[in-house]
Amino acid sequence: MIVAFDIIILIFMVITAVISLRVRDLLGAAMILGVYSFLICLVFAGMGAVDVAFTEAAVGAGVSTVFMIATVYHTRRHSSD
Amino acid sequence: MKWIGTIATVITGILLLSAIPDFAHFGDPHSPANAGVDGHASISQYFITDTYTDTKVPNMVTAVLADYRGYDTMFETVVIFAAGIAIFAILRSFSPAPTPSQSRVVDSSVDGDHQRIIIGTTCRLVIPVIQLFALYVVAHGHYSPGGGFQGGVILGASFILMALGKDLGAALGRFSEKSYLALGCVGILIYAGFGVMAQFLERNFLDYEILHHLMPATGPVMARSHSMLGVEVGVAFTVTAIMFAIYVNLSSKGRLDEGL
Repeated sequence: MIVAFDIIILIFMVITAVISLRVRDLLGAAMILGVYSFLICLVFAGMGAVDVAFTEAAVGAGVSTVFMIATVYHTRRHSSD
Repeated sequence: MKWIGTIATVITGILLLSAIPDFAHFGDPHSPANAGVDGHASISQYFITDTYTDTKVPNMVTAVLADYRGYDTMFETVVIFAAGIAIFAILRSFSPAPTPSQSRVVDSSVDGDHQRIIIGTTCRLVIPVIQLFALYVVAHGHYSPGGGFQGGVILGASFILMALGKDLGAALGRFSEKSYLALGCVGILIYAGFGVMAQFLERNFLDYEILHHLMPATGPVMARSHSMLGVEVGVAFTVTAIMFAIYVNLSSKGRLDEGL
């Protein structure tokens, strides 16, 4: 685990988490949550938990993003608040 | 109201952060979880030293998941199955679409043709590779990272890609509603079947060691390894079916007529 690399990833994770909460476009929020999942997958891989990282990449970043996009498609794209 | 929420969040955050110094350092061999408390050997030490001699499975994560904690994993699979059935029960509607004339506009210009050709060809090239990789992940879960959950999700994602790249009908032609519901049940039955078979041979539920009577030319240790593969295949069946089921119901509002 390289500390400088870890710090960069964790900072980007905080940024993506805040953006996905703040952004009005629901499709964009779903995409950015996918980015967040990939970043946390990198953290897991850096800790040596490769199985967990694999699951996170497949489930969190892959399929659940698709599910969220499929759901957003049937709602209004912009959040009202 | 917003201020009360903010104050509550900040106080909870400070309390959680104040607990951080009590944590053991990352990878500390003397922490209670790794070294055990005084007089008792730790369980993680047992897994690290004895997993290979017990089960002949090099990837100890898979061994813990499918053998030592097999009961737990079985019900994780049941949870995924229940989630899929719940989404099916809520969304699936058998009435026809309210305005069938207002179906999607097909872009029949040259640009639309080009897009269909590019996307269709890419999907045809990529989907077989994804499916082969998914089967590799399931079958090789003992030796490298992977296993039933990951492989099943990747296999389900390849069908989802088929539905996205062509249309929902093409994907449902390969993997119909009847077959994905059946496959979801079969996966759990495979998993539970391994447990019940051990019970018929007068051992505990999911005690794979005794199954070497049913597997010719394998000893009790290899029987555990092979049973883990069988169990992972069951998990992969259920996860594949349920991932595809959730997608088709979400993307077509439960009518299964046209996707995104």
